[in-house]
Amino acid sequence: MSGRHVAAIVAALLFAGGAAAQEQSIIVQSTTSTANSGLYDYLLPIFKDKTGIQVNVVAVGTGQAIKNAENCDGDVLLVHAKPAEEKFVAAGFGTERTDLMYNDFVIVGPASDPAGVGGMDDVQGALATIADKGALFASRGDDSGTHKKEMALWADSGVDPTAASGQWYRETGSGMGATLNAGIGMGAYVMTDRATWISFANKQDYAIQVQGDADMFNQYGVIPVNPEKCPSVNVEAARAFADWLVSAEGQAAIAGYKVADQQLFFPNAPGN
Amino acid sequence: MQSLGDAFGLAVALVFSGDADLLEIVVLSLRVSLTATAIACLIGLPLGALVAIGRFPGRNAVLIVMNALMGLPPVVVGLLVYLHLSRSGPLGFLGLLYTPMAMIIAQTILIAPIVAALSRQVLEDLHAEYSEQFRSLCLTRVQTVQALIWDARYSLLTVGLAGFGRAVAEVGAVIIVGGNIDHLTRVMTTAIALETSKGDLALALALGLVLLVIALGVNAAVQSVRMTAARQAYA
Repeated sequence: MSGRHVAAIVAALLFAGGAAAQEQSIIVQSTTSTANSGLYDYLLPIFKDKTGIQVNVVAVGTGQAIKNAENCDGDVLLVHAKPAEEKFVAAGFGTERTDLMYNDFVIVGPASDPAGVGGMDDVQGALATIADKGALFASRGDDSGTHKKEMALWADSGVDPTAASGQWYRETGSGMGATLNAGIGMGAYVMTDRATWISFANKQDYAIQVQGDADMFNQYGVIPVNPEKCPSVNVEAARAFADWLVSAEGQAAIAGYKVADQQLFFPNAPGN
Repeated sequence: MQSLGDAFGLAVALVFSGDADLLEIVVLSLRVSLTATAIACLIGLPLGALVAIGRFPGRNAVLIVMNALMGLPPVVVGLLVYLHLSRSGPLGFLGLLYTPMAMIIAQTILIAPIVAALSRQVLEDLHAEYSEQFRSLCLTRVQTVQALIWDARYSLLTVGLAGFGRAVAEVGAVIIVGGNIDHLTRVMTTAIALETSKGDLALALALGLVLLVIALGVNAAVQSVRMTAARQAYA
């Protein structure tokens, strides 16, 4: 095979299928919890049918999603860590933040419930009990929205779990699903959002042990990236997507997404 | 271990259902990794050959660096490529992040050192055998390199396969620069990582089996080319 042949093959491979990407498209920087639960697989085809806009989702932890958006590598940010989102907007990276939907966090654990927290609805009390008993607890440890929330709840409960990191407190440094897999593998309690838990397929003998505390509320927000900071942003398409999500139609679509007959996200955009 | 049995069943069902999404992912995996392998060979083979026959100051240092770069962690390559291709990075204006091209670039960087280092070893051994003959024929350096590469072409195919194997199996680099976007940058390994994180271990394992079969197919294709060529040569 001569050099010219190789070059021709390379060129053919490089450009094969390259012509198809002419349609309007945007990139949404978002969280693993929304993507893993299948919400986007349900919402995006509805939005595309209506507008023709292709929405590409990059699903990472909230911390990384915000960082990527600050680097202008996205048109819309859809995450769940309100203080960090407000900081993002205040720094000029986003045009405005709108409440989009909510669900809640739960603590799941093995059927044997080694710390005896099953049925508790006081999350700070449950965490303090887990720490007191030295029962295994697997944390995201990745600066995601869920991790930020977990750390805030630990702080409220008066325990500093990171002092026991590597002992009963295990920081996986991974996404929600990977942390659930690891936690279930080692018999540890895990705090997860309800949507990921309901759609998670490797539950084994795990069940929800702690739920129902108002402090475990999980709010998602949507923010278009500011074109003044990031000129590469597809302003119109980003605006159209964010507007649709908070419109009556988008909100109804979010409410309509169900797994195993359970609604995963509850729309709460203002004005609906 | 019921997952393993489930996975075999699922893998077979997936392959025979002709699932369009699976086909798309497989085709993209092959397109990205084969392109990266081809480019890495275009860069790595001549580089390996030059170092193999060259005698220059600092050659040992070059050898050590080349061999060490074979161990480049994919996630580090992914990060470096991300920082360059990000809109806020020096090459951001190209708009390549989260495209198959970004994945090709990352995998090329990952495997070019493997191709260069392994072909250097192959060609150097061959050169030691033939160097007197080359000298008696008064070949130029370019002619020597051409003759060596041609003579070692079957060994170099294996070098290319080693590069391809590394590229098609890695997940750390492509998930950062590709973003694992459905219908755009999702390849076999990132799909496996995604299904694992959804807790769908049987499906993840089934995809892994499909990936293995693809790797087997590519290797079998190369082997048959080699055997056909060998038969012709000795016919």
